[in-house]
Amino acid sequence: MALHPAIDFDQLVSGQTADFPMIQILDEVGQVVNGDIMPTLTDDELVALMSQMVWSRVLDQRSTALNRQGRLGFYAPTAGEEASQLATTFAMKKTDWLLPGYRDVPELIQHGLPLYKAFLWSRGHVVGNEYPEDLHALPPQIIIGAQYVQTAGIALGLKKNGSDEVAWTYTGDGGTSQGDFYEGVNFAGAFKAPAIFVVQNNGFAISVPRDKQTAAKTLAQKAVAAGIPGIQVDGMDALAVYEVMKEARAYAAAGNGPVLIETLTYRYGPHTLSGDDPTRYRSKETDDLWQKRDPLVRMRNFLTDKGLWSQDQEDALIEKTKDEIKAAITQADQVGKQTVSRFLKDTYEVQPQNVAEQLAQYQAKEAK
Amino acid sequence: MAQKTMIQAITNALDLELAADPKTLVFGEDVGKNGGVFRATDGLQAKHGEDRVFDTPLAESGIGGLSIGLALTGWRPIPEIQFYGFIFEVMDSIGGQMSRMRYRMGNTRNMPITIRAPFGGGVHTPEMHSDNFEGLVAQFPGMRVVVPSNPYDAKGLLIASIRSNDPVLFLEHMKLYRSFRGEVPDESYEVPLDKAAVSREGSDVSIITYGAMVREALKAADDLAKENISAEVIDLRTIAPLDVETIIASVEKTHRAVVVQEAQRMGGVASSVISEISERAILSLEAPIGRVAAPDTPFPFGEAESIWLPNAKDIEEKVKATLDF
Repeated sequence: MALHPAIDFDQLVSGQTADFPMIQILDEVGQVVNGDIMPTLTDDELVALMSQMVWSRVLDQRSTALNRQGRLGFYAPTAGEEASQLATTFAMKKTDWLLPGYRDVPELIQHGLPLYKAFLWSRGHVVGNEYPEDLHALPPQIIIGAQYVQTAGIALGLKKNGSDEVAWTYTGDGGTSQGDFYEGVNFAGAFKAPAIFVVQNNGFAISVPRDKQTAAKTLAQKAVAAGIPGIQVDGMDALAVYEVMKEARAYAAAGNGPVLIETLTYRYGPHTLSGDDPTRYRSKETDDLWQKRDPLVRMRNFLTDKGLWSQDQEDALIEKTKDEIKAAITQADQVGKQTVSRFLKDTYEVQPQNVAEQLAQYQAKEAK
Repeated sequence: MAQKTMIQAITNALDLELAADPKTLVFGEDVGKNGGVFRATDGLQAKHGEDRVFDTPLAESGIGGLSIGLALTGWRPIPEIQFYGFIFEVMDSIGGQMSRMRYRMGNTRNMPITIRAPFGGGVHTPEMHSDNFEGLVAQFPGMRVVVPSNPYDAKGLLIASIRSNDPVLFLEHMKLYRSFRGEVPDESYEVPLDKAAVSREGSDVSIITYGAMVREALKAADDLAKENISAEVIDLRTIAPLDVETIIASVEKTHRAVVVQEAQRMGGVASSVISEISERAILSLEAPIGRVAAPDTPFPFGEAESIWLPNAKDIEEKVKATLDF
């Protein structure tokens, strides 16, 4: 009991969370539960969105296999997060600016990065990060949160350019604990800059569960302190994710400032393929619970009921994707070896003495 | 030509570049209406507008990320970090992000960012305002660290930094802001980056230093001249990467070197200078290289600065020890 009713901290904290209902359109079996906000996507667009999710699932399976064969390097599995990743991207325009985290490679490829370059990035090859001017994206960010402050900067730059483009970025539940998360969201809010901050809450920051990450009841509510809209969406429901993202884009592009979106999702696999074992920190029951919410299952059911999807169609797509991956690996294999002289040339536009001297040394060495 | 203090030269450089290049942006904490806590941006918002000169929320990492994003969308950011002692908050943006962006993206992007920050001892600030850890950023490939020692250089180096498509950390020594005036042309000009200056020619010993210690070295050289010791003073101006050629040419001429930094002895720029001399010119030396630096403690409490900071007398003594070897 509080001594003073006007200073009742228990009451303040229990009443503090704004209402953040989870937006959902399709339930776990693909039934429409909220038709009022059904996206106005054409049949072709619905099929395209589903196709991207299937493509991503295949890419995840093949990338895992290729990593184990030593044909890929760093890989952060994506299965389970397809709706969260690809339905957000589906709502954006090609001219918009994407700042991905290291798990957001499928989004990057759908935004225009050739697949073989994504593979080169995984292997650790500079050609994977050579982006043409018109690919409005940065390579996947490794430092958790850095992409958030940079997104605020890109969004402010776009606003100053008088552009109608929007910047969007991703982090995870753990990322929302970073100072850069708050600084990025707060800067974009203060400047009313056109940015969309997506938090893909998959429940675990490597091994640390969401409830150890923060006392906040939702991650969406972190928008409240920055004075910007925050919304929570079922991250396993592609239609809900798409609709929320599309509305956020329209809101930001209209000059209203940024939006924070929390997608509730799950990664089926390990954090990365560099030795993480999820059985150390996650139960089979939790895994099973989330597998039942699979984003592909509900979208498949929804589209099959509408007569827009079939198993044959999906099988053909899987084969096509495998061929695409095979071709991209071959293309990646054909890219020449890296040289230190190239790296030295890439460090400064105008070469200082140390670089010029070392360049001469390495060029001589490489000529042998 | 006008006589200007260093801070006036800096304001003048910002003003000229804001006028010359519509893509330049000046921003940071209190730089707008207030004109910066040292008044470096005084009057610039009123003249160039709030779109070009603006206040940011109080968060250094946010300022760093903002700079990177603005650079990627075609702008030429000139952020201010209010005091260099606050640099730790923005270290990822500098060392982890902007310094390697050109390299990381295979030379497909420019990072034309100039981070200005006041630093250095002698003005009795509260803790964490004067720290001179310039050596930290000097280790980031892709960065340049520029430290002017006088008003003329400050203007020309700042203009060259702003026009550079690579990121520059531009450190402004607080003690130099208003302690003396120098000739500064009204028009725009560049002092080249990566190029040390021979501030005073001499034949007996090379005193190699930068920032506020250049004044101390020149004072020492004046006093030494009275004892018929001819000291050459090299002002590094860009402390990373180093102009090794100018350093070596001087040492090969004088055969003796004393390297001076205001910062603590451990790590730091003097270590790099001494290593380069040792590696390239050791057979020209007639005495071990001398070093003058602050002791290896954290930056001192305000009242204790005078017993901690290196000065002209320390330099004179070290020069004499080198000559008497």
